[in-house]
Amino acid sequence: MSWFEKLMPSRIKTENRTRSVPQGVWIKCPHCDAQLYRTELERNLYVCPKCDHHMRIGARQRLEYFLDEGDIEEIGAGLEPLDPLKFKDSKRYRDRLIQAQKKTGEKDALVAASGSLFGQPIVACAFEFAFMGGSMGSVVGERFQRAAKRCVETRAPLICFSASGGARMQEALFSLLQMAKTAAAIAELGKHRIPFISVLTDPTTGGVSASLAMLGDVNVAEPKALIGFAGPRVIEQTVRQTLPEGFQRSEFLLDHGAIDMIVDRRALREQIGDLLAKLAQRPQPAA
Amino acid sequence: MDLKFLEFEQPIAELEAKIDELRFVGDDPEINIGEEVARLKEKSKALTKSIFSKLSSWQIAQIARHPMRPYTADYLQLIAPDFQELHGDRMYADDPAIIGGLGRIDGRVIMFIGHQKGRDTKERVRRNYGMPKPEGYRKAQRLMRLAEKFSLPIVTFIDTPGAYPGVGAEERGQSEAIAFSLYLMAGLRTPIVNVVIGEGGSGGALAIGVGDRLLMLQYSVYSVISPEGCASILWKSAEKAEEAADAMRITAQSLNEFGLVDAVLPEPLGAAHRDPDATAEIIRNAVIKHLSDLDRLDIEQLLEQRQRRISLFGQFKDG
Repeated sequence: MSWFEKLMPSRIKTENRTRSVPQGVWIKCPHCDAQLYRTELERNLYVCPKCDHHMRIGARQRLEYFLDEGDIEEIGAGLEPLDPLKFKDSKRYRDRLIQAQKKTGEKDALVAASGSLFGQPIVACAFEFAFMGGSMGSVVGERFQRAAKRCVETRAPLICFSASGGARMQEALFSLLQMAKTAAAIAELGKHRIPFISVLTDPTTGGVSASLAMLGDVNVAEPKALIGFAGPRVIEQTVRQTLPEGFQRSEFLLDHGAIDMIVDRRALREQIGDLLAKLAQRPQPAA
Repeated sequence: MDLKFLEFEQPIAELEAKIDELRFVGDDPEINIGEEVARLKEKSKALTKSIFSKLSSWQIAQIARHPMRPYTADYLQLIAPDFQELHGDRMYADDPAIIGGLGRIDGRVIMFIGHQKGRDTKERVRRNYGMPKPEGYRKAQRLMRLAEKFSLPIVTFIDTPGAYPGVGAEERGQSEAIAFSLYLMAGLRTPIVNVVIGEGGSGGALAIGVGDRLLMLQYSVYSVISPEGCASILWKSAEKAEEAADAMRITAQSLNEFGLVDAVLPEPLGAAHRDPDATAEIIRNAVIKHLSDLDRLDIEQLLEQRQRRISLFGQFKDG
């Protein structure tokens, strides 16, 4: 807590639902250490005005930045995780869930909603990385599937912002199978010729990277996001060599042909809006 | 210690050693020890039964990785002796960690695809311990499309610790290769039967594991991450692998209880490697049965049923 916040009476402190970004009036850029004024940073969509570092943001914030203001309807909001395995490591999975729910205000790690982009109806979903590392369990898979189903019903394109460490270990094989489930949902979209744009944000690894995130008709990444199948530490342990600078970053993936483009967060609405317009053979949307 | 036996099997190993000794003495026509051998054999069988009736998840994982356990190529030799291997992804390389090709069972032509581990050190390295790279998955995709084109059913054998976590694999798009395999199998217009014969390790296993039926050998395992990997992340120590194996319910039996498996195929006493012929026969019969069940559906029904099956994966509360 900053000194300024400490001086404020508690009742006027604002409680933000998403807390991926540390609270306080001043925020230090984790990349260039610049002290940044929160209001200015918010206006800049949490991209550092000094070094263009893209900070991690929460799922709701993400959707709020991306969708037009107005009618936003959440999809699968009533879904809640279960603990079919009664999983317990040093902590019980049930307790971890309660803790993550308290911390983020979310029931699980994916938020899906229908809304519009430049007046065109779309469905968008975003991973909440602060919820158990954005890990994919049964609820994430089901929400993604319902979002895709809504797209088929309304012929709206699907956009997904991923930020995830991968499959959720505490749901074991159930979570592995969500990879198949989300991929099958995208195959359905393909059958109906409905566009799916995957936006990979920092970080997207493991089972999410190896399923829905790499299956966009167009794959877009934010600058310098960590994207890969195996985590860098696992690779280092396996091959026993230091990894090259920039390995598994967006620019590396662009060089190796895995993604179509890198887009600055502040340009995502326009760039994706125009891509969707082109795929539907419509004129460029007026910004 | 006899390497053919795992640690918890050592009492069986001792008995078997005794039987071998007696057999050696038995060559002497003066001494009749046939009765004694028969008695010890009975005892060994009873002991094996008793040990195998109460295996822990971790012990089953060790059997699934047993160095003597039959691999894909061993089963192919037994169930489809006319198997012709087809190589390469047509883009970059031929990945020896996945093999595929055409063979007949009961006169019916099948596209077989499976992970392949090596038996001796040299072969193990060549097969990369059964850990595929992107070119392996892309070869599998090519063979799946070939099968679809000529209306041939696909049978896959799953036996991998997981996809290979290496620099080159990342450069060539491991994530995309796995993701696209899942996408492809979801809509492939031909029946697919998946059989876990040993280790079902995470995305590397699932990448040839989406289809119309999932069968598991009795002592095979299937999980989202290896017990060691899970333990080192959640328990902060790979030594807790035994607990992680339990917690993740990785065995065929527990996964069957959760309704995730269509059939558990029983293995011979003492597991598949004690009798590969009998195990191959069990797999062969199961494949024939499940393929002929799927034959009753026309292709649209088959795809609808597969789509429904995949869409129901997961357990959650719908409030």
